[in-house]
Amino acid sequence: MKEIIKVSSLSKEFGTLKAVNGISFSVSEGEIFGLLGPNGAGKTTTIKMLTTLLKPTSGSAIVAGHDIKSDPNDVRKRIGIVFQDPSLDDDLTGFENLQFHAILYNIPKNRREKRISEMLRLVELEDKASVLVRNYSGGMKRRLEIGRGLVHEPKILFLDEPTIGLDPQTRRHIWDYISKLNKSTKTTIILTTHYIEEADYLCARVAFVDHGRIVALDTPKNLKDMLGGDIVSVNIEEGMERLEKVLRTVKWISSISRRGNLLELNVKEGEKRIPEIVKLADARGVNIGSINLHKPSLEDVFIHYTGKGIREEEGNWKDVMRMHRAARNR
Amino acid sequence: MTMEFNAIYVLWLRDTIRFVRAKSRIIGMLMMPLFFLLGLGLGLGSLVQLGSGISYFDFIVPGIIGMSLLFTSIFTGSAVLWDRQFGFLKEIMVTPNSRTSIVIGRIMGGATTAILQSILVIVIAMLIGFHVVLSAYTALAIVFMALIAATFISLGLTLGSVINDFQGFQLVTSFFTMPLFFLSDSIFPASALPVFVRNITFLNPLTYGIDGLRIALTGSGTFPVWIDLLAMAISTVIFVLIATYAFSRTDVG
Repeated sequence: MKEIIKVSSLSKEFGTLKAVNGISFSVSEGEIFGLLGPNGAGKTTTIKMLTTLLKPTSGSAIVAGHDIKSDPNDVRKRIGIVFQDPSLDDDLTGFENLQFHAILYNIPKNRREKRISEMLRLVELEDKASVLVRNYSGGMKRRLEIGRGLVHEPKILFLDEPTIGLDPQTRRHIWDYISKLNKSTKTTIILTTHYIEEADYLCARVAFVDHGRIVALDTPKNLKDMLGGDIVSVNIEEGMERLEKVLRTVKWISSISRRGNLLELNVKEGEKRIPEIVKLADARGVNIGSINLHKPSLEDVFIHYTGKGIREEEGNWKDVMRMHRAARNR
Repeated sequence: MTMEFNAIYVLWLRDTIRFVRAKSRIIGMLMMPLFFLLGLGLGLGSLVQLGSGISYFDFIVPGIIGMSLLFTSIFTGSAVLWDRQFGFLKEIMVTPNSRTSIVIGRIMGGATTAILQSILVIVIAMLIGFHVVLSAYTALAIVFMALIAATFISLGLTLGSVINDFQGFQLVTSFFTMPLFFLSDSIFPASALPVFVRNITFLNPLTYGIDGLRIALTGSGTFPVWIDLLAMAISTVIFVLIATYAFSRTDVG
């Protein structure tokens, strides 16, 4: 498939902090591509560089056929963006927000009205068009922003944490809109998220971002398969050494790790292997306290690569402000 | 070119629509000039005699208009700080429009609302007893208001572009607004000041802006009107250029 974005060793430094540290990837036309990682990993900085809001310290990127450094205006014409923080004008109506956007992108007057009503229909806000945005719910605002990002028919839509601060039900709704518009408009979508399920549900391919680098990149399925099957955790009360020794010789266990009195095994079709594990333990007189099986999630894969989960990092003043605003607006 | 005009138009229209819709904000913004009119104009005015034959109340009204223009303009301009992090400005910064047209659009929008607000202050002042002396220069009042607004919105934009944290910002704006306000011709004639301080007021654009307003509205002032106009025009150009430079150098977020 045709490449619509090509990123080559892109870096951004803020003083001594390397926010983005030489990342490279490409995105195919029509794809939903996800950047997944904890807060502060460099996802938003990457998006800001690709959308020409920040100048890279080094490296380059071609977005929709144009270089972000030498041709920022041509890039801007061809992309749409939904920011992490709300960027609607609360004192304007939904219609006015889209109208101003259409004027800013120089859409001729005769096409403007048509595009706006099409987009309002796509995000199902036609009946709220003349309501002031301050009276919208959080989910409605998000939908309006997505619709606005599409008014000028961009080739690529960037979504920076599209469902941050939304409740689980609304989040699922937004996911449906995103996959619907990807199918119906054939727009390429790049999103950043720190929600595992979001990346898993929406993205054709996911890049794990940590400390400004891409540590893994593949389809969610391939990433999960990489771990070598399910994770079986065996809680052992006594005889850990003996059991571990035996299990190390078993072929169908692809890896073993010890964590306190837990033995974690990577096993294909784990549910079928549990009886065998119990039998092996019995034969050696090992006492098993409990056994737990779980199917690997992208989170497990992320832990595998980085040694840590995707968690909230300590907030700075910007996050605090963001929370205040979110509490007020949503 | 049409594109650049579009950005200016949208920013102007946005500010104007918001101003008209925000009734409570208009009333809030009128409170400070109203208290100054009552407290300084009527209260202090009953004790103060100016030698020049003009009543203290008539003298101070243009000064209070200048003050309210100064404060709202710096505030409007500096709103860029907030907007850049969280708001609508980001949406505009990623559109294919130049930073210059964003600055101009913001100044025009802010100036329009500041002028509308000042006209309301004049109406209120007239209700309390302000005498407008109609002359060939009266219409120039709008021009002076626009130039004062453009100068100080640009100053606010510059401060908002350069300073990156909110706490520091409060401090720096008052560091600018207070001297600009008191070291001008606003609430007492500069001639009452010692020569050294008086010379400082000559460096303050607001001195000429208020003097121009005073000539336009009451017919009497310190300088010839063309000096006021020239000084304000020069300061507007300088401040707009500085703001455009500062603003175009900022990154978003």
